[in-house]
Amino acid sequence: MSVVQIENLTKDFLVGFWRKRRVRALDNLNLTVEPGEIFGFLGPNGAGKTTTLKIMMTLLRPTSGSVRILGEPAASAAMRRRIGYLPENPYFYDYLTAEEMLTYVGRLYGIRRHALRRKVGELLETVGLAEQARVQLRKFSKGMTQRIGIAQAIINDPEAVFLDEPMSGLDPLGRRDVRRIITGLREKGVTVFFSSHILPDVEALCDRVAILHKGRLRETGALHEILQVKIEGHEIILARVSAETRAGLAALCDEIRPMGDRLHLRAADAGRLEAVLARALAGGAELISVNPVRASLEEYFFREVAAEVPRP
Amino acid sequence: MNIAVVARNTFRENIRDRVLYNLILFALVMTVSSIALGQLTLGYERKVIVDLGLSAISIFGTLIAIFIGIGLVHKELERRTVYALLSKPVRRHEFILGKYLGLLATLSVNVAVMTVGLWLSMLYQGGIEPAGYARILPAVYLIFLSLALTTALALVFSTFSTPALSALFTLFLWIAGHFNYDLLEFAATSRTAAMRRFFQALYYLVPNFSNFTSIDSRNVIQSAAYAQPVDWTAVGWTTVYGLVYSGALLALAVAVFSRRDFK
Repeated sequence: MSVVQIENLTKDFLVGFWRKRRVRALDNLNLTVEPGEIFGFLGPNGAGKTTTLKIMMTLLRPTSGSVRILGEPAASAAMRRRIGYLPENPYFYDYLTAEEMLTYVGRLYGIRRHALRRKVGELLETVGLAEQARVQLRKFSKGMTQRIGIAQAIINDPEAVFLDEPMSGLDPLGRRDVRRIITGLREKGVTVFFSSHILPDVEALCDRVAILHKGRLRETGALHEILQVKIEGHEIILARVSAETRAGLAALCDEIRPMGDRLHLRAADAGRLEAVLARALAGGAELISVNPVRASLEEYFFREVAAEVPRP
Repeated sequence: MNIAVVARNTFRENIRDRVLYNLILFALVMTVSSIALGQLTLGYERKVIVDLGLSAISIFGTLIAIFIGIGLVHKELERRTVYALLSKPVRRHEFILGKYLGLLATLSVNVAVMTVGLWLSMLYQGGIEPAGYARILPAVYLIFLSLALTTALALVFSTFSTPALSALFTLFLWIAGHFNYDLLEFAATSRTAAMRRFFQALYYLVPNFSNFTSIDSRNVIQSAAYAQPVDWTAVGWTTVYGLVYSGALLALAVAVFSRRDFK
């Protein structure tokens, strides 16, 4: 059974003073997310990512189509006990302390008093807010608010977590911590569905991604499959390359870059790779590494999607 | 269960937003007037202090019911706190009822403390029979019922309108509701049948706040001040009216809120 099953999901917003003009935010979206995977939901601003997540959380009603989570309709309250959600740019009751906020959310899940007290303490440790447990949320920075948002999304030990831009507003340390939390969730078998603009994080974490653009699904699949197709040659790193060998290599490879005492070369195809390696080793150079050059997700994303986004 | 959790948090929000600070003002009004009345109102001190105290309870309570009530839902939408909340196993009607009961709890504490304050003022004046202290309770009860209705009214507007417009609509209906019987007069003196039906319909639609302020054409507060007997049957019918009307308004608030998209 899929954790998320989205079928023919369409959402139109009625805009204008008389609400007569229709703007299609989502167009016939079909998507499945399997148990235990970390699923990245990508797309430029206005692509429909948050709209999709809000429909999944029943904050928006779809114009047509259906969403099932953990095999149940999105509106099922019983199913909601088994999932967690972090909204985009979250904001919580600023008159509560971090501890009170998590206790409040825990009560909504019906977690008993003693178990809840223990859980709140553990979660504050996990998200690095143990020292701010009794600080009112109005005094929290954006990064701290994001952390408390993640804590409230996982307080019920969910089977699936939905995170809308979880890295937004976090400094590099905060991002590392969130990555660690997400990886920890996967180790526990939790399915993680998250949207993000920060592509290196998606690339580092996700098993599968979906790329959304103008409300339509552009591509979906395992990350390595999407990127594998785009192998763009090999990078060879050599050390102790003589001037004579270097001159010979320059004619064989597509790109040559000295970096410190090493030489980085790029060979576009297998034939050139073989020739470069043979010439380098014959010339007495030391082979440090050979790696396939794939388009990074970021490069892929910009090439496939961003090119269509009009510049301001 | 979740209704109680949301209500408790709403109550805590009200307390931390210093809603109960009005009690300081109430204490000040009662203290100053208790001292001043001795000098000004020869022989009527006790009646005036009860009149003044009950009126203050009604005014402070109404201001809280309207001005906190209009923000109950709107503030959650504006600050987007509702997003995380409604993704939890909280149904929309639980959220609305929780918010309503939370503010009602705040009003209960407020009214209870002000009632005790009024009793203390009466004690300071002295010379009041024990029954005189108990006699203000039916009036306090009717004031509380009218506050419950005012809160429900403000909550309905809060589900779809801005606080400024909600305040305007609620105040308008609150004022109109106090002159509800005039609508019957208009109906009786209307020249056309259509106008008559219009005013009659309006009479039944507009919440009749005068039900809570006067019973058998006698002002409830004045009756308490003069320790006149209580018409319990009328109080019973007013209770039924208050509960049914508030219930209908809450059902409307739930219906509107349940249909809302949160963009």
